Parts: sequence; C-alpha cells; structure tokens
Amino acid sequence: MIINHPLLGPRDAQEFTYLGDAALIHRPDWQAEDAQDQFHDYLYLRDNPAGEHRELWFHESGDRSWLVVTRNTVTHEISKVELARDVARSEGRSR
Amino acid sequence: MRYSGFRVIKEALTGHKGWGPAWRDPEPQPAYDYVIIGGGGHGLATAYYLAKHYGKARIAVLEKGWIGGGNVGRNTTIIRSNYLLDGNEPFYEMSLQMWERLEQELNYNAMVSQRGILNLIHSDAQRDAFVRRGNAMILNGAGAEMLSVAQIRKRYPFLNFDDARFPIKGGLAQHRGGTVRHDAVAWGYARAADSYGVDIIQNCEVTGFRIENGTCKGVETSRGFIAARKVASCVAGSSSRLMSKAGMRLPIESTVLQAFVTEGLKPVLPGVITFGAGHFYASQSDKGGLVFGGDPDKYNSYAQRGNLPVIEDVIESGMALIPALGRARLLRIWGGIMDMSMDGSPIIDRTHIDGLYFNGGWCYGGFKATPASGLCYAHLLATDTPHDTAKAYRFDRFRRGYMIDEKGMGAQPNLH
Ligand SMILES: Cc1cc2nc3c(=O)[nH]c(=O)nc-3n(C[C@H](O)[C@H](O)[C@H](O)COP(=O)(O)OP(=O)(O)OC[C@H]3O[C@@H](n4cnc5c(N)ncnc54)[C@H](O)[C@@H]3O)c2cc1C
Repeated sequence: MIINHPLLGPRDAQEFTYLGDAALIHRPDWQAEDAQDQFHDYLYLRDNPAGEHRELWFHESGDRSWLVVTRNTVTHEISKVELARDVARSEGRSR
Repeated sequence: MRYSGFRVIKEALTGHKGWGPAWRDPEPQPAYDYVIIGGGGHGLATAYYLAKHYGKARIAVLEKGWIGGGNVGRNTTIIRSNYLLDGNEPFYEMSLQMWERLEQELNYNAMVSQRGILNLIHSDAQRDAFVRRGNAMILNGAGAEMLSVAQIRKRYPFLNFDDARFPIKGGLAQHRGGTVRHDAVAWGYARAADSYGVDIIQNCEVTGFRIENGTCKGVETSRGFIAARKVASCVAGSSSRLMSKAGMRLPIESTVLQAFVTEGLKPVLPGVITFGAGHFYASQSDKGGLVFGGDPDKYNSYAQRGNLPVIEDVIESGMALIPALGRARLLRIWGGIMDMSMDGSPIIDRTHIDGLYFNGGWCYGGFKATPASGLCYAHLLATDTPHDTAKAYRFDRFRRGYMIDEKGMGAQPNLH
C-alpha cells in the first residue's frame, strides 16, 4: 500500500506503524461523572467496519507525524489522507 | 454409517457404491431452540456438544457460505497447550486432551498428529521466560521439557544453529503438541452434529437480529426470518460486522493473517518448530508441503488476502532459521480474517441482550481451541453460566482490569 502523505507525497506503507480507529483522537474528559465508562469504551471498543474506515497511522520511519487515513478495509484503497493534528483541530481540540 | 478400516476395504471391493453424504442438506425450519451463526470449527463443535451433552433440542448452524470456508479451513493447523497464564492454560490443556480423544469420539479421521512442538531459544532472557512457561505448563498437567542444543541437533540437523546474531541456545518442547487436518475437523464435527439431528444450513447469511424489549427473538437471514430461543454468534473474523447489527461495538479488530505452503517434499521436518528471534513457525503436512507463517498484516482488513511486505518478512525469518528453505518452491499463499481482541485472548460470554450470546476474539490461535471452545460455549448456552475453564473469557474483564495479556505486551491488537 502507498500512503499519500500530505507533506511528503506518496510513501510506502511500510514506513508507518498502525494504531487503528481514528476515534482514538478523542480522549475522554477524566473529570467527567462517567469517566470510567468513557475510558473503557475509548480504550477497548473499536469501530471495525468492512468498507470505509478512518484510522491512525504514524510515520515512524519518516517525519514522525500522525495521519488520519481513510481506507477501504475490503479493497485496501485509500481515499483520503490528512494530518491528525488538522483533524483534531477542526474537530475542536486546541492542542 | 460408521467409518472403519473394514468399511474402506468393503467399499473398495464393491466399487465405492455404498458411501452416502456425510450430513444432510436440510431446509431451514421456521423456529429453533438454538441458532448458531457461523459454520466454522467453533460453531460446528458448539452444535455437536450442545446436542450431545445438553439434551434434546432443535439446533441449527447457519453458514453464509460453505462450512469450513472460513479460518477453520485456512489455518496452519497447529495444536498445543503451551500457555503461561491461569485464565488460558487450563482451557487450552483441556482442549488438547479433547483432541487426543476426538477421532474415536467423532468416528472421523481428523489426522490428529502429536508430532511435538518446539519453541526455539536464542538468548538468556528468552531461556528464563521459557523455563517459567514450561513450569506453568507442568503445574497444569500439560507437560514440557527444556531441550539442549545437542538434543535439538539430533532431530533438526538443518537449522541455522550458529547464526552470528541469533544462535540457537535450546528450546522448550511440548511433545503432545502437533497438527490436525483442519478441514477434517469441520467435516467431522458437522457429520457428528448432523447425526444428533442438528440442521446444518449452508448458503444462509445472517443479515440482522430481531430484538424486542431487550430480548433476541431470532435472526433475519438471506433465506428468511428464523426464530430462536437462543442465538449464538460464532463468526470469528466477521464478529464486529455481525454484532454491529445488534448495535454492539466489540473489543475486536479484524486483520489478515497469511499462510504459505511449498511443493511436496520428502519428510524433512518431523515436528512443529517456532523461531524465537523473529515471527516464523513451520511444520510439514502429510502430503509433504512445508506449511508456515509469521506476522499478521497489522491493519484492519476484510480482504482475505495480504500484502507483500509481510510475505517478505516471513520468508526472511524462515531463511534465517532454515537456510535450506530457499531451495523449496512456494506453491500457494492465502489469507484469513482474524478477530484480534484487545488483549489477545478470546471471549465466550452472554451479551447485554437476552438470548444473544457471543464467542470470538480468537486471534491467530483459535484452531487449537476448537473442541474446548465448542464445549464451553455449549455449556454457556445450555446453562447460562460459564464453563469452569472459560470463566476468565468474559466481556467485562476489560472494564474490571482483568486482561489476559498472554504476551505481556499491552492491551492493544497492534502489540500482540
Ligand atoms: C492463516 C491462518 C493461520 C492460523 N493458524 C492457526 C494455528 O496454527 N493454530 C491455531 O490454533 N489457530 C490458527 N489460526 C486461527 C484459527 O484458524 C481461528 O481462530 C479459528 O479457526 C476461528 O474459529 P472458526 O473455525 O469457528 O472460524 P471460521 O472457520 O472463520 O468460521 C466462521 C464462519 O462464520 C461464517 N459467517 C461469517 N459471517 C456470517 C453471517 N453473517 N452469517 C452466517 N455465517 C457467517 C463464515 O463464513 C465462517 O465460515 C490461524 C488463522 C489463520 C487465518
């Protein structure tokens, strides 16, 4: 697989390590009433669809940026690659 | 019909006219007591033990394709009980003991071959870890032996013992481990379950659940609605897809594991061996092909085929351990979709929906578990209480902090 890095252009997927479901960007509030439940779901439950999947990849042997890759889990086709920091900010995270 | 040596000879002399189909091909009934979804090894074994041990009931196994077309027909056929942790070792040892009696019980030749499994050691730290594991196995009655380099050289003279980076320093052997003909496990359980009246319904995909007031009333299928008192999911790599139809998110990711087989060779590899310095394991099939594998493709996939970098990695590891492997020609490579759980251990449990049960999260190691998984799942379905040896395989272990992290690497699929 080739991942089209937003800054570096097309890179071999071998340069990356995979973390999974991009929902992991949204760490729950540790002070919430139901923080324990939220952290259980955050840490252990995953979206695992057959088809489009938004997932986190880390450019470990490259510029060490985190990416959000939209990939089809049936065909391995990649339709979108974003910097995870851009995604996090656009979804309301300040840092 | 009972299979026997006498029967084979009789049929050989009479033109093989007496063989019948090994199981029926029934139409689905409108209602069952138990509907088991997934005609893999675990689903068929569950149906068999349910019918055999837990009384007369109307039982159906629904399979979307043909039985044995999933991981039970795609795996590298290794059985063993060389686990370390309390939640695991008694379960896998029970499974191994069930393999030892399986063929007599099912009257089916599953080619259970206890040719032994050997985990190689390449460093002092690894030796310490394997001695500890061996002791855990012995305490659980599984038996284990540490082998010296001289002992290993006798059985496997062709290994790369004096590699500069990863010399072989010894090994942990379980002589009762080995291999089983994987397809025959599906067929043997199917035939035995059928003989107890279980309906095995192929080409019947479950497309949804009928859930009313928190109770599961049955399943929607490609062949219409089928009502059931209890519905049991047992679909391995498709677990998340199926359970999402009941509104559940699971502690599971699906990834591909690839397997490899070479052309048939004369007997060279007497047992199962695993490399301790990279991820590689190999055995030789009775037809002569070297069967081997290594790491999974480490990203979510439902493609049932893998990518080239993993193939390169597996072959490199294989060459590092068995230089002669380079002279063999690869015949086939294939992939199966595995249900990777967060801590690497399985789940056999009820769900929060009454009448809906779950069995999955077997990762790359569920073939060896087939008999015990079937027995424990049948026990849970019939009695609504977990079987003694499967008590640790509950959904709530993640919430309670009782992960069964066999490798000690952390509760995330990309770590194990
Ligand atoms: C390459 C590879 C090598 C492996 N090697 C080993 C090994 O050496 N030792 C070991 O112990 N384990 C091994 N495993 C793991 C082992 O194969 C699996 O853990 C085990 O087979 C899973 O249980 P099963 O047999 O019930 O799964 P499967 O055979 O996959 O059964 C699940 C069935 O459910 C059906 N299904 C899915 N969705 C639906 C639906 N909606 N409706 C109806 N039916 C449905 C599927 O068609 C399938 O037939 C390996 C796996 C792979 C992929």
